[in-house]
Amino acid sequence: MRIGDFHASYRHDEALFDTRAQRVWLGLLLAALAAFPFVGGSYLTYLACLLGIHLIAAAGLNVMTGYTGLISLGHAAFMGVGCYAVAVAERAGIPFFLALPLAGAASAAIGLVVGIPSLRIKGLYFAVATLAAQFVLGFVFREWESVTGGVRGANVPAASLFGFELAGDRRVYFLIAPLAVLMLLGARNLFRTRVGRAFIAIRDRDISAEVLGISLFRYKLAAFAIGSFYAGVAGGLWGYFFRVATPELFGLPLSVFYLAAIIVGGLGSILGTILGATFMTLIPEFLRALVGWAEAFGLEQAGVYLAPLRQVVFGLLIVGFLVFEPHGLAEMWRRTRRFFHLWPFRT
Amino acid sequence: MSGAIDWLLLAEFSLVGLLSGGVLALIALGFVLVYKGTRVINFALGEFMMVGAYLFWTANVFLALPWWAALALTLAGVAALGALVERFVLRPLAGQPVISIVMATIGLGAVLHGLAEAVWGGANLSLPELLPRKPLLLGEILLPGQVLWSFALAVALIAAFTAYFRWSKDGVSMRAAASDPVTAYAMGIDVRRTQRLTWMFAGVTGAVAGIIVASMTSLSPSLGTVALGVLAVVILGGLDSIAGAIVAGLIVGLLESLTVAFVGGQARDLVPYLVVLVILMVRPYGLFGTRDIERL
Repeated sequence: MRIGDFHASYRHDEALFDTRAQRVWLGLLLAALAAFPFVGGSYLTYLACLLGIHLIAAAGLNVMTGYTGLISLGHAAFMGVGCYAVAVAERAGIPFFLALPLAGAASAAIGLVVGIPSLRIKGLYFAVATLAAQFVLGFVFREWESVTGGVRGANVPAASLFGFELAGDRRVYFLIAPLAVLMLLGARNLFRTRVGRAFIAIRDRDISAEVLGISLFRYKLAAFAIGSFYAGVAGGLWGYFFRVATPELFGLPLSVFYLAAIIVGGLGSILGTILGATFMTLIPEFLRALVGWAEAFGLEQAGVYLAPLRQVVFGLLIVGFLVFEPHGLAEMWRRTRRFFHLWPFRT
Repeated sequence: MSGAIDWLLLAEFSLVGLLSGGVLALIALGFVLVYKGTRVINFALGEFMMVGAYLFWTANVFLALPWWAALALTLAGVAALGALVERFVLRPLAGQPVISIVMATIGLGAVLHGLAEAVWGGANLSLPELLPRKPLLLGEILLPGQVLWSFALAVALIAAFTAYFRWSKDGVSMRAAASDPVTAYAMGIDVRRTQRLTWMFAGVTGAVAGIIVASMTSLSPSLGTVALGVLAVVILGGLDSIAGAIVAGLIVGLLESLTVAFVGGQARDLVPYLVVLVILMVRPYGLFGTRDIERL
């Protein structure tokens, strides 16, 4: 059993990671992340890059939806904005370390416009407004050919630093992984500040928050801008990773995927974002492996059922978590930890 | 369109648009019924439509039953599906935040979509043409028969549902349970039963709309995507207003048709969403919806 952790100084009280064990594990994790692409094979490195992008995007959505209570069905479209912004910026010769923040900013600017109705409408109505934004932006991606390349899409050149090209999964990994760590830390830190606390107050009861002096308009827009900024950066990284931006990549299914990830992980929890995004990224890979085995054992038809199987499992996961574990994987993790902390006194 | 507007073309497209708005209104009715009865937007309505159409195809084409038997089987099937969904998905989620319920219906949609694709395959199937094709000539304006008949069918169904809601005992208890579940319980209304009925009716309207849409176009697992556009219709009319659903269905049908005529085919899918964005900015509770009053 672990004994209590007493905060003896203000610095200790304010620390982001407050126990020694946490800091040690975090250090080990960072070391493992740095070594990962050299130890894991190319497939695992690819998955890690994909996961990094998903983590950033899901964290942004959790800031909006999980912490502030603004349901967004248009997150993928904001990623698309980021991705196309990177494509355009690279065409203009802007290096990646400026292009990525620009992508975030472009996405945040559009997020501000979409967020404006949030002052008058909320809940279901707002969800439908973001759904509309998703389709309108998708239409723009398809039809504004001079910028987006239409249905065929736009190519994104490799990110390069002083002539050193970040091409190939392993090199891009060292662009994605540090950014993912940084942005997750940023999201975690946000909720210790006035702004983050205001978001939570708005989620819990917006009218009460306004009575307490929190400007709903300003903070709802801020939440939307931050969330879309994350989406924009994730979209930019997506561009550098896959090297192409096409409209159908950033459709409604991807938006729903991120919502599913934060629900499965846990709304309003950064740990939940990480667990949920990881889980939802790995599930399709697991299913593919499963179907591969089934084929190896003589079920030749199994391949046909991969896509439907994926959808069914995806839907069942969403419904199942909502019905049986509404606080998601983060809550399961907390429960497991508590069990071991209190063992053997309380089981 | 240089010079004078072609009035005849305008009239023809307007009429066709208005008539095709009937089907939109029917789908919208599926949303409104569930929202009125249970305060849930059913994002899986499109999948209900698709499942209904597939069941009908199985009964009518695959098993070669006559159309009325196939229709009866289909409606029984989707009603059972609606009841199951209410019991095992929505009832455990009662009282949860909006996002949970929205996501539950989206997840449900994914499950139904995947199952349909696994059972019936992803290819396009075609339903027999149920509605007569013979066009109607009004002077120089030509109205396609299918559009005309689907409109008539939609109007009849909507009228039937409205009458049922207004005058039947179940309809009255559904309205009571929707407006105040606690009082409804106290008055001896079985609220669970009314909610189950609501979902069964939603399934039935969805299936009929699905069969109409599938018989006019073709049947594939992505049939349900029409429904998302109809959400815009529902928002325009007001989420809890049947009259609103009808008027808005006609308006959106008209706008879509005119867009196809004067702007171009690609812009058509955009119309409902632009309408919804404008409406939400100007009049968030829709044309006929009740305004929510919030208290602390």
